[in-house]
Amino acid sequence: MSARKTGNPVSLSRRQILAGAGALSGLALAGQFPRSAYAAGDPLKIGLQAHRTGIGAAYGYWYERTSVAAVKVINDMGGIAGRPVELIVEDDATDAKRAGEVMEKFATQHNVDFVFGPLFGHVVGASAARAADLKMPLFIVSEGSELADGQFNRYVFQTGITNVRSQVKAISPFVIGNVGKKVTMIIPDYIFGYNHRDFFTEAAKAEGGEVKAVIAIPPTETSFTKYFSQIPPDTDAIYHVMVGPGVLTFVRELGEFFGTKGPKLFGFIDSLEAVAIASPGLEFLEGSHLWEAFPRYLSGLDTEGAKFYRDAVGLDENGANKDNAKEVSTNSHMFGCWETLFSIKQAVEASGYKGASDRKTFIETVEAITSFAEGKEHPQGEKKFIGKAHQCFGRQFISQVEGGKLKVVHTTSIEDGLYEPKADYTTQAL
Amino acid sequence: MITGPALLLALMEGAVGAAVLALTALGLSLVFGVMRVINIAHGEFVMLGAIIVWWCSAELLGAHPALGFLLALVMAPVVVGLIAMAADWLVLRRINYDPERTIVATMGLLYVIQQSVLMTYGPDARPIEPPVYFRIQLPWFGYSGYKLIVIALALLLLGITWLILSKSRIGLYMRATRLDAETAQAFGVPVRRVYASVFALGAMLAAVSGVLIAPIQQAHYLMGADPLLLSFIVVIVGGLGNLRGTLLAAALIGIGEGMIAVLFSPTLAKMIATLLVALVLIARPGGLMRESAP
Repeated sequence: MSARKTGNPVSLSRRQILAGAGALSGLALAGQFPRSAYAAGDPLKIGLQAHRTGIGAAYGYWYERTSVAAVKVINDMGGIAGRPVELIVEDDATDAKRAGEVMEKFATQHNVDFVFGPLFGHVVGASAARAADLKMPLFIVSEGSELADGQFNRYVFQTGITNVRSQVKAISPFVIGNVGKKVTMIIPDYIFGYNHRDFFTEAAKAEGGEVKAVIAIPPTETSFTKYFSQIPPDTDAIYHVMVGPGVLTFVRELGEFFGTKGPKLFGFIDSLEAVAIASPGLEFLEGSHLWEAFPRYLSGLDTEGAKFYRDAVGLDENGANKDNAKEVSTNSHMFGCWETLFSIKQAVEASGYKGASDRKTFIETVEAITSFAEGKEHPQGEKKFIGKAHQCFGRQFISQVEGGKLKVVHTTSIEDGLYEPKADYTTQAL
Repeated sequence: MITGPALLLALMEGAVGAAVLALTALGLSLVFGVMRVINIAHGEFVMLGAIIVWWCSAELLGAHPALGFLLALVMAPVVVGLIAMAADWLVLRRINYDPERTIVATMGLLYVIQQSVLMTYGPDARPIEPPVYFRIQLPWFGYSGYKLIVIALALLLLGITWLILSKSRIGLYMRATRLDAETAQAFGVPVRRVYASVFALGAMLAAVSGVLIAPIQQAHYLMGADPLLLSFIVVIVGGLGNLRGTLLAAALIGIGEGMIAVLFSPTLAKMIATLLVALVLIARPGGLMRESAP
């Protein structure tokens, strides 16, 4: 009896794999089918490089859902420059090697006009390098600060979301002024964490604060209590930015360790994207502050544009799937896909882009943009765009956990997060 | 930076790790000692235990974490034990428990279990509410009461296993088979059935440790790797198949690792533990506690 039970899943998986392989090769064939070059009314093809599987899967799901919604809105508006938009999604498995292959596939098999969507830093780096080889405009939606530092190339843009450096600069005065001056940082032990460490240490000093200790935790860690003895006793604020599956355990153990008398907390919502604030174990966050790029709860930002965006994507007022309240969105990141698609629309229409041969004009047109106005196209808020660095800057939100919900208590201005980016891509040849 | 409170915290963290590790490693050691099978899938049984406690407490009895936990404490060993018996009958017996081939076979078992869980339970790490939640406030820091309960439960279960092995008839059979399977068979010990039940008992011990650890960590389909690695270290340091040595090594490595992790860094702790294995293999190839029997 039990023997058969264990036997079953194996044969089932084999059948599923075969069926999946068949379907995949069918899809690949369809993609290779030659299509005539652009004619009026031919669809504009935009490739979404999505983290459908791998560690970024939760983000990937929402990036895709947001992009599908945005494309539907754009097509209902009459498309881009009169042409319908066709969204083609490829999974990069949140894997750098796969990212290069996906870029290749977009350029040679799908013949897309533009690619957008990678988020995780190592994947972004790989896609950015391929973008230059393939001369394919790539719009990252990643918060990575490398772009504005000049580490990528002229084909890579970030028009939909602010980067980490700007976010950290914008929230530092609030952290030092309202949470605590002697800060211990708890960060993941890789580049994303180091970005936070470097930018915040610098910003905190400028505000008269001090980073007492930095505790870097390997991203695969599952138990955290052992690290807490490294927190200096005179710490009055803990700055935490954790990603990965361990975050709920992290918060609960922090609560067990400190009880009610511990230092105050300031965190980045990255730790809790796709996680319900009312999850068991997160009670300890009550009263603490979190950075958000786009308020998860409707009450935090209820402009016309934000409401329109949330309805189109299918979010309830708590920032979860309106059909399944347990499915919490990654609202502080995914809006970037929406805004990116509308920035592409704006640039295509302004440049008179028709096809791959117009990419040079298209890129120069994007570089000439200086701002995006708040509205349905840019629901997160107005953006300032620094053309030579290919990076946009926007406002940030600081929310407090109140009764298991997030309440916006402070909104920064664009200027709070503005800095002089090092990059000048306009000097590079196209 | 090494202060009294930090040392106390290190000891407590180490004790929790050691208690759970002892359970897991005992299972691995038992299977090796009696069957000469190196079970690469052992960590997956830990993972299955964690998945079952999640299922019991979150899906089945949503409102009562304690009830779900108690149910899982009974159900996880039963279900996982049955799976292990099935694996023994379906796979290990067919290849005559040949040491080399069982390594490959259990590696296959590892992938089957892992992928089945991925297909049904999914890729998410899910939190599990501890059955009892209270905080113990020490003068310097607070500590989870549940973790102390884990130590007590693990010691209790180790005691029960010890009783089974030393006092019961099946325990006697197991010990006899371990010393010499052929002679045991000649004396009427049903060796095949002993093998099946040893493999099941080993898996049950792993499953129970998964149940205990799940509310501290989370349930995730890849969580079996760490316990497997640490168990191997413990079993090698303690002497392959040597039960007393296994317990001693679990205490040594569990507490040692916890102390070094708190006082210095967790990576250093893993490095030292692995180095210890190499040293033991060079200096005392039979393990820290050598027995007279092979």
